[in-house]
Amino acid sequence: MSMELILFYVLGGGALAFAAAMLLPNVGRNPIHSALSLVGTLFCLAGLYALLSAHLLSALQIIVYAGAVMVLFTFVIMLLNLQPDEIQPVRLTTLKVAAGIIGLFVFGKLITAITLAAGGAQSVDLTPHSAAIGGATWEGGFNGYGTIREVGRMLYTTFLVPFELVSVLLLVAAVGAVVLAKRSLHYIDAPTPPPAKLNRLANKPEAAATHDDHGHH
Amino acid sequence: MQGLLRGLVYGGLIITVLMTATAWGMWLERKLAARMQSRIGPNVVGKFGLLQPVADLMKLLQKEEIYPIGADRLLFDLAPFLVTTFAIATAAVVPFSADAVGADLDVGILWVLALGGLMVIPVWMAGWASNNKFALIGGMRAVAQSISYGVPLVLTSLVAVVFTGTMSLSGMVKFQIAHGWLALWPPGPGVIAFLLFYMALLAESNRIPFDIPEAESELVAGITTEYTGMKFGLLYVGEYVHTMVGSAIAAVIFLGGWDGPFHIASGLHWMVIKTVALFASVYWVRWSLLRFRSDQLMRLCWVYLVPLSVGLVIFAALWRHFVLS
Repeated sequence: MSMELILFYVLGGGALAFAAAMLLPNVGRNPIHSALSLVGTLFCLAGLYALLSAHLLSALQIIVYAGAVMVLFTFVIMLLNLQPDEIQPVRLTTLKVAAGIIGLFVFGKLITAITLAAGGAQSVDLTPHSAAIGGATWEGGFNGYGTIREVGRMLYTTFLVPFELVSVLLLVAAVGAVVLAKRSLHYIDAPTPPPAKLNRLANKPEAAATHDDHGHH
Repeated sequence: MQGLLRGLVYGGLIITVLMTATAWGMWLERKLAARMQSRIGPNVVGKFGLLQPVADLMKLLQKEEIYPIGADRLLFDLAPFLVTTFAIATAAVVPFSADAVGADLDVGILWVLALGGLMVIPVWMAGWASNNKFALIGGMRAVAQSISYGVPLVLTSLVAVVFTGTMSLSGMVKFQIAHGWLALWPPGPGVIAFLLFYMALLAESNRIPFDIPEAESELVAGITTEYTGMKFGLLYVGEYVHTMVGSAIAAVIFLGGWDGPFHIASGLHWMVIKTVALFASVYWVRWSLLRFRSDQLMRLCWVYLVPLSVGLVIFAALWRHFVLS
């Protein structure tokens, strides 16, 4: 067995084990343990990317997913501090059944693709002369595949338009998040009426009306 | 298999050297603190108190392990282990000299930033799993601080990447050997970027003036409140290793790494001198300055450091385009 094969089995097995751990009753019932085992899965995937000599993708996977996204996940889950008995028992809904069917379909397709590739029916040409990626031909082949220089070159030449579109999309999402988060500040800053008067006049209809007016500001 | 063997040997060497250096780094800090406060410091165990770290280790190993009521035992045990692991793993890509480098990744700086970002998870785990208000508040402050100061840290690293045109740490040193150290050349922005990077580093490793996550006067000891024995020791050592490796990285990115001044006698010893000097200066700052409040920290970061580092990135791009090419 070669070095890469051993590492592949270790990392792939690790990713599967962390994912499967979420199905265990004592892990699955605990949201934090589930979230942290997702971090483990993402970390193993980053290792697999590194094994495919995509070092940049591997580092970004750790920074963005295992680092930033999962920190916020665990932060929110831990602050909610759900106890295992507070979580509703799992119920089957139409959406979940549909998700399961789609998942099985994709899994079946993957199995078919892997069997075909293993049988040699479909061979992919990765020799370093020229290769077609997504309809666009890229002269230069896969020589520097996965290195930061090649990823940068492709982002700014072949995939310039999709890259710019995605960055605009992310900017819109960021601005939207700020707008949504900022809206709640408005209510905090709004002056609240003094409570003592309200208590005394609570039963009178005109007092309730003035309170309502305040609420709209 | 040869690669695996090399990795194991080099990894073992890095862990041993870092842990030893950190143990006597703590001795150095206590001596420096004592000198600044007109005390003597550790002087009983061994000559000049040099065996104090060994005595401390023996004490920590003998302590009783206590789990607080309602603690999440799995995470409580896992957190100190992960803190130290991530701190040491960062050192894998640091080039200590032209030959002494574990893995010369072409994305070395990203590896450093990735593990620094990942460090937040075990810190937060320790804060939450303790089931203690002080630890929880300490953990929350640590997360808020790390995420905020991560922004200027990444941006000032980007300044270095734009100047040198590479993300490999040894590539950065080679550029500096050819063109001059980044902290000195170009004059001005380089040294500002270095200072910003250094401040963000202090904040990431929770050092004064950025140590509100474990402010003793408010939070007992922050995330380490409930920890005893060697688990406390690992959290404590993890923080020191983080500071030590951070100093080494700052030395590599901005101070020319193993390159001597005017290229005199370049080699491993210059890297050691620069790292220890930066490490000692962290403690110099620690015993000289006051602690910031939470809101002052956030304002300093988002109102001053972030815009300044964005400006530096733009300057670096212009310099690269008009002067270096």
